[in-house]
Amino acid sequence: MLAWTIYLSFAGALAARLAPSKQAARIVALLTALAGLALSLIALAHWHAGDFITVTRVAWIPQLGIEYHLAADGISLTLLLLTGIAATAGILFSWNIEHRTQEFFAFYLVLIGGVYGVFLSFDLFLLFAFYEIAIIPKYFLIAIWGSVPRDASPENRGALREYAAMKLALYSFAGSALVLAGMVAAWSFSHTLSLEALAAYPFPAHFQMWAFPLVFVGFAVLAGMWPFHTWAPTGHAAAPTAASMLLAGVVMKLGAYGCLRVAMMLFPRGLDPWGFHVLGLGSWREVFALLALIGIVYGASVALVQRDFKFVIGYSSVSHMGFVLLGLMTLTQIGLDGAVFQMFSHGIIAGLLFAVVGRMVYDRTHTRDLNELGPMRLAHVIPFAAVTFILAGMASIGLPGFSGFIAEFQVLLGTWRAFPWMVFVAGIGILVGIAFTWRALIKAFFGERESGAAGHHESCPPISLPEKCGAVLLLATTLAAGLFPQVLTNLILPALNSPLFRGLQTGAWR
Amino acid sequence: MMSYADLLHFTLPEIVVAVAGLLALTLDITVLRKSPLSNRLRSAVIVALIGCVLAIHFLTRAPHSYGLPDGMFVMTPLTHIVQIALLVLAIFTALLARSTTFTGHIGEYIALILFATVAMMFLVATQNLLLIFVALEFLSLSLYILTGFDKQSRQSAEAALKYFLFGGMSAGFLLFGISLLYGLSGSIELTKIAAALSGPTLDPLLLVAIVMVTIGFGFKVAAAPFHLWAPDAYQGAPTVSAGFIASSSKVASFFVFAQVATIALAGATGGGAFHGYSPGWVPVLAIVAALSMILGNLAAIAQTSLRRLLAYSAIGHAGYMLLGLIAHTQQSLSALVYYVITYALASLGAFGVLGALESEGIDRIADLRGLSRRAPGLSFCLLVFLLSLAGIPPLAGFFGKFYIFSAALSAEPHLGLLWLVLLAVAMSAVSLYYYLRVLKQAYVAESPVREPALRIALLTRLTLWTLAALVVLLGCFPGVLLGWIGLG
Repeated sequence: MLAWTIYLSFAGALAARLAPSKQAARIVALLTALAGLALSLIALAHWHAGDFITVTRVAWIPQLGIEYHLAADGISLTLLLLTGIAATAGILFSWNIEHRTQEFFAFYLVLIGGVYGVFLSFDLFLLFAFYEIAIIPKYFLIAIWGSVPRDASPENRGALREYAAMKLALYSFAGSALVLAGMVAAWSFSHTLSLEALAAYPFPAHFQMWAFPLVFVGFAVLAGMWPFHTWAPTGHAAAPTAASMLLAGVVMKLGAYGCLRVAMMLFPRGLDPWGFHVLGLGSWREVFALLALIGIVYGASVALVQRDFKFVIGYSSVSHMGFVLLGLMTLTQIGLDGAVFQMFSHGIIAGLLFAVVGRMVYDRTHTRDLNELGPMRLAHVIPFAAVTFILAGMASIGLPGFSGFIAEFQVLLGTWRAFPWMVFVAGIGILVGIAFTWRALIKAFFGERESGAAGHHESCPPISLPEKCGAVLLLATTLAAGLFPQVLTNLILPALNSPLFRGLQTGAWR
Repeated sequence: MMSYADLLHFTLPEIVVAVAGLLALTLDITVLRKSPLSNRLRSAVIVALIGCVLAIHFLTRAPHSYGLPDGMFVMTPLTHIVQIALLVLAIFTALLARSTTFTGHIGEYIALILFATVAMMFLVATQNLLLIFVALEFLSLSLYILTGFDKQSRQSAEAALKYFLFGGMSAGFLLFGISLLYGLSGSIELTKIAAALSGPTLDPLLLVAIVMVTIGFGFKVAAAPFHLWAPDAYQGAPTVSAGFIASSSKVASFFVFAQVATIALAGATGGGAFHGYSPGWVPVLAIVAALSMILGNLAAIAQTSLRRLLAYSAIGHAGYMLLGLIAHTQQSLSALVYYVITYALASLGAFGVLGALESEGIDRIADLRGLSRRAPGLSFCLLVFLLSLAGIPPLAGFFGKFYIFSAALSAEPHLGLLWLVLLAVAMSAVSLYYYLRVLKQAYVAESPVREPALRIALLTRLTLWTLAALVVLLGCFPGVLLGWIGLG
């Protein structure tokens, strides 16, 4: 039944494209996203800890041993839920799109369908196919409907959008080229691409040693790993609100999911020590942990000095995704659990932050410049946005009670076991995170009143119903995940302990 | 012993297509001489369709494998599939030619397309060097004329002349290579050449022959550094001719190249692995493939004309396809056939879209601005064709790339061809950039003035939609075509 999340999304895309009116397209899109969410929720309700559900499994290209194999374990289901929620919220926050509305929702739903497909695929070829399907709609969503700073000249606006869109598409495609190379090489050994078979296949250790970094980096490009993160802030900032919500909320998770599901699950020996040290680093695991750590601190520090509100959130995504990658590299049960939890948590929180910045603030004030927003005293003009941003910021900096706390705390626990000194550096990253969230909050919503800025107040339309629904949905999710983390950990932990991840369950795993 | 009855029986499909060509020609200059252009065009296309469909019918009824002595005519299930693919491409070409307006010599035009198809069918079905050369020249001659068919256009004439001069030169090289092969082995039949040449050491003359043959065929498949004619020919030729050259002739040329290399030169393969170099045709082709991939894809980035962009991308694709030939395993050759057929469909489709836009004077990439508003269906077809060429799933080009890369990688022990596969993967990542540049104009850029919707002939639209559907279906269900190819 979960397979219908994919089919419905693609069918919905077609229906939205052919919809007779803009309103019809919106409704079709919303219904499609809600249906996907409902299907994931039903699956959650029927879920027993440790389940592995095979949805569809038929021979697809028998000559090459490729199957059409859709299945879900706890990790998949967690991310399916995230996709359903983020997709629904994204549509609610793009209710005001008037330019080529039908096409917008068509591209949007194709992207969603691809994302669902990646999370459900248990054949590497199928997973890769869905992964690439998601690239093209991203390009068009940004290039056609993207937002750019107000001070850009008219002819410059298109160029800026296209630059960001092309950068994103090329980074994604270059990453997926690395993955393709790894996949082709894996196939030439095993002659099957079923993830279950590949996870059990004894690849030679020296092959894993170079295939692992190849595939890991390929996916990590999309997860925003430093130094391959530069597409993320530009892309997020230039994208229309719903697309930035999806990019930060879901698409970056595709990368992280690929790192875990493909790179780490298939080539676990690639994480072993090299047997020698280069600059004090003795394995790919330490290299990527260090890059993740740099991403955490670097992203937060850069976010601290941005003038553009959207870039603040864009760099904060880089920082938070660093926690995911750091958690993966701990190779401890709790660290990996935290990493998957952080994927979910950041997906919701980043969506919320981008919704406030892009939809609630930018679409009303038409500026993203923190220095210009200050004098508008938005806390008085659109208090709903201010309250939402305060709550989202609290979730983002990891206050207890919100999902971010559970996630980052687990990652840090895992890191303490694996690389004790990194905890302190990551802690600095969290402190800087508090600082930039505070700064953005004060500057954007609680600025000093200036004499000439009073005129803006009346021009702000009130927060609309779809926006309120979307914000409440996302806030409720992050609170629910923060207050009842066992709902998700009961999904994630059994999946991590399944035989699929056997290769990782050594040494520090507990 | 061969009897004339056998000969007629075996070559019935080819005869049917040739007769259809003659019929289209005679009808046009006799009965229909005074009729309006549209009627003449319609009847010529109908004759061509009937001929091709009949030929396909005979091919599907033909016995499994048969042949004539001396490798003159060798039919296997694989050649059946390739011939059928050629006929299908000829059908699509004829349908696209239905709305051409550039010439009054309809009969000749359609007849030449059919004659070229006959030449290609013979080219595919023979394992005899003499017949290969004759068929290749027959094909080339038809293609030169098709390129220069637009008499009003200087560009067309220039393109034809360039194509002809380069073609004549390369035919000379090929003939020289063939004569060397004959001199070394005393035979013109591919299997006998292989038997005569299977010695422990490589004759230096054989290496010369290999280089000559590579030059000759490298020209036909437009591989760098023998590609110089392609951008000009693609740009100057009438659109339908360009599409035909880019699709059908590519299929046939690659197939015959593969036959000569893998059958006749089986004893002189050599090794192209990074650590396992040894002289033979594989290292020669590896260099040609690497050059084609790099040059084709990088040069395509700088193009402003759509047709030149497609030409350079075709050079890049020739590089990928050579990869399948270099690996020369059963699997990699079936990957090559799959790739070249699906490539031909997408490429013909892209030229078909260009042809439909030709009346609007659209040639440069920038002219496509706002196309998705003016012709949503047409731009969607363009999207499908270009993304298939870029290798985006679920389109046929994606599976083609995956299959050819993985077959190449598993051909040599210890991932010997990894360097070439990595290069191919990297270059295919580059290719997305220029395909997206085209699509960006069609979908993202908006024209400053509101232009009216384009009116495109129903038949052209149907043809393009069918081609797009084929590209999607072959990508979603590649097993079907692979099953047919795998019979061989």
